[in-house]
Amino acid sequence: MIFKRPSSSDSAPSDSAVEQMVRSHRLRPLELLPWIVVVGAYFVFPEYLPLGSQILIMILFAISLDLILGYAGIITLGHSALFGVGAYAAGIYALHVTGEPLSGLVVAAVAAGIVGFVSGLVILRTHGLTLLMLTLAITFLIAELANKAGFITGGADGLQGIAMQEIFGQFRFDMFGRTAYVYSAVVLFLVWLFARLLVHSPFGRSLTGIRENVTRMHAIGTPVRKRLVTVYTISAMLAGLAGGLLTHTTQFVGLSVLSFERSGEIVIMLILGGIGRLYGAFVGAAVYMIAQDELAKADPVFWYFWIGLLLVLIVMFARGGILGLVDQALRLVRRKP
Amino acid sequence: MIPALETIGLKKSFGALPVANDINFRLAPGARHALIGPNGAGKTTFINLITGRLEPSAGEIKLGGAEITRLSQSGRVKRGLGRTFQINTLFKGLSVLENVTMAVSERHGAGGDMFRFAGSRRDLVEEAYDLLERLRLGNDALLPVKELPYGKQRLVEIAIALGLRPSVLLLDEPAAGVPSAETEIILNVIENLPGDIAVLIIEHDMDLVFRFAKKITVLVQGAVLVEGTPAEIAADARVREVYLGEHSHG
Amino acid sequence: MDVFFSASISILFHGLAFAMVLYIISVGLSVTMGLMGFANLAHGVFAMAGGYLTTTAMNTYGVPFGFALVFAAVAVALLSVVLERFLYARLYGAGELEQVLFTIGLIFMAVAVVRYIWGPLPQRMLLPAALSGQIDFGFRSFPTYRTFLIAISLVLIVVLWLGIERTNFGAQVRAAVDNRRMAESLGINTGRLFTLTFALGSGLAALGGGLGADILAIHPAYAFEYLVYFLMVVAVGGLGSIRGPFVAAVLLGVSDTAFKYLVPEVGAFVIYIAVIGLLLWRPAGLFGRA
Ligand SMILES: Nc1ncnc2c1ncn2[C@@H]1O[C@H](COP(=O)(O)OP(=O)(O)OP(=O)(O)O)[C@@H](O)[C@H]1O
Ligand SMILES: [Mg+2]
Repeated sequence: MIFKRPSSSDSAPSDSAVEQMVRSHRLRPLELLPWIVVVGAYFVFPEYLPLGSQILIMILFAISLDLILGYAGIITLGHSALFGVGAYAAGIYALHVTGEPLSGLVVAAVAAGIVGFVSGLVILRTHGLTLLMLTLAITFLIAELANKAGFITGGADGLQGIAMQEIFGQFRFDMFGRTAYVYSAVVLFLVWLFARLLVHSPFGRSLTGIRENVTRMHAIGTPVRKRLVTVYTISAMLAGLAGGLLTHTTQFVGLSVLSFERSGEIVIMLILGGIGRLYGAFVGAAVYMIAQDELAKADPVFWYFWIGLLLVLIVMFARGGILGLVDQALRLVRRKP
Repeated sequence: MIPALETIGLKKSFGALPVANDINFRLAPGARHALIGPNGAGKTTFINLITGRLEPSAGEIKLGGAEITRLSQSGRVKRGLGRTFQINTLFKGLSVLENVTMAVSERHGAGGDMFRFAGSRRDLVEEAYDLLERLRLGNDALLPVKELPYGKQRLVEIAIALGLRPSVLLLDEPAAGVPSAETEIILNVIENLPGDIAVLIIEHDMDLVFRFAKKITVLVQGAVLVEGTPAEIAADARVREVYLGEHSHG
Repeated sequence: MDVFFSASISILFHGLAFAMVLYIISVGLSVTMGLMGFANLAHGVFAMAGGYLTTTAMNTYGVPFGFALVFAAVAVALLSVVLERFLYARLYGAGELEQVLFTIGLIFMAVAVVRYIWGPLPQRMLLPAALSGQIDFGFRSFPTYRTFLIAISLVLIVVLWLGIERTNFGAQVRAAVDNRRMAESLGINTGRLFTLTFALGSGLAALGGGLGADILAIHPAYAFEYLVYFLMVVAVGGLGSIRGPFVAAVLLGVSDTAFKYLVPEVGAFVIYIAVIGLLLWRPAGLFGRA
């Protein structure tokens, strides 16, 4: 109603409806909050920067998952395969070609993108439990490959002795993790810009349409499979980027990057924050990683119990995750006065 | 004259049950054509075959003279085939305007655009909104579809199909499930469809059929029983038999 | 030639034993999927629980093998009824994502609980004397327990199939899988049917877990580690099918055993590649409805 033109009250709803939809992608101030936190944390918690970079990387990984799980509705338990391919590609490239990081990120994204494209062609022909099973099977397949191809992946020992060069030939990875943190934050920021554009683009809207009602999408002439394979490939590239970042900031790659646990964890982080809203990735990854850092060391067995219980509770009572709860709370507060 | 839509020897069965049995059918350009038949006759299946949701076991489908039998669903839509569903098939969580904009965007080939905000195509949103206004849904544009009463949801079904600017429109029981007080609105919309669209409507309500259709095809057990003008169909003994004697045949 | 023959027999034998366990555990998952449309990833938890209860009853309390198995199956079936009534039933109408998350949550909790009670090491299966050692079939001898496992499983499967084919309960299940709405309009109480079927599937899984304890080792990560096998069986067999998973289990069990025996270096890949290839050819599985 804000945009109502005073002259013609008759067409007022037209203006406001069209106007509202046309403006729906405009940046809201709240969307900058994560970035204030990211920048602020650098100065306030200098001794936690290594954990901070890990969180930033997981946020990036969770955003990549949100594109396919939250927006397109593809339920996967195999996203670590793509993360892991990126991590290994970055590691192998750094060991055998050059330790230059930026080209390493490109290599990681492209390698994961290729794997994502090919596996997407296969799994997106199916749906439901079959699709889920295929994501698992492909993850195990790739993990087994990495395990057996020890001559290039280091097998169970992992890739050791990775030495990264300075970023832009300028910024050395320091032992306090400052460079790593800033590096991860900048990459995440660029990815966020891109992902934000993507989900607000007609392409992104059509993914929501596919999730909401695939039959209808077919009936309005959407090439559904093509859209799904496209977003799966994009998501794979971003997951690969996250994997590459992990390699660059930790200078090590082990088989655990490909593990089923990692796939499960990233799903949980995203669900915890809230799916299909881009910012759930930020909240979920941060809360999960910090809680894990505090609690899991004390009692690793029961950490999993609480995680399980948390999942059950979210499904039963809070399907929108933390951000969903925040939404509900805000609505309640607004309704009161 | 080239028919807007034509099927030749179309066949389909589910297991042992034949649901399309050698259907030869023509829809003239600009037609107002009704497809009627008892429950389970295979009417919806026929539409699913035409739109490519189901694959026929034999036969040919032509749209404007061009064969489309092997074309994907999206390919057929691109060539001007639009449909509505017997049971609402909408994006329930999205607003009415978003529902229709989705269709309009796809028609303009903009549905796959990645590097621009959806809002930057104001023309598409406006086109969708104009369509809603014509169906008197303008005031509901921002409501999520799931909050609309069923009758209005049926209108959104039609609005989405019209957003595709089809040359052939297949309406599968557009008034099904709508309280009779509200069917008039839907009927009105259907009667005022642009004259150049060839319309095939499936409907059980005979008043509606006779009011709307210039031609009627009767489908029974997957086969065309008879085809003719409303007057011919009303007078046809076999049709009476099917409709009145349904019970005696089990 | 003789070596080849002997190896083939051996592969077939052990592959079959593996297949039986896979099928008995997975059939319930397939039916749950077909009947209630529920993606129950936690199905393996019931098998694991069956394994733990069986081994504990035998090893700690000296319960005879047969009784231990029956006790485990009944206990797990009862437990599953509670879970079904109070938790699963609330999610029947929910989306697949909710079901997947919920059941993964259950697995996580089960893993923690089992680890807390039994510790991280695999459970040992102390077989009764009559079932250990080898049994001589004249042309060659086989491990007695695996022979028993195959025989008892086949009996169980025949009973199950006859039950589904011949009993009133079986007819109701088939009708409801075929067309739930139709079944409801015919006066079938689908709520009760779901509970019974769920209990039966879980009880069978527990039996499979107990019987198969020396093939699929009973340890805390059981439900995660073998999940992909159970899912492969039902996806290849065709979701909702009862006999499809049997064919799938035999194919998977025998070929997995064969490849791991013949080409140990790449044995673990082949099965995944084969399954992926098969689903490319038939996305709905061998006996699934497209
Ligand atoms: N996917 C399917 N698998 C198996 N049988 C089906 C399938 N779809 C429809 N049928 C069956 O095919 C027959 C024709 O169904 P269809 O929906 O085409 O009938 P209809 O003429 O549209 O009926 P109604 O007037 O009730 O809408 C019915 O017996 C139906 O049960
Ligand atoms: Mg119909």
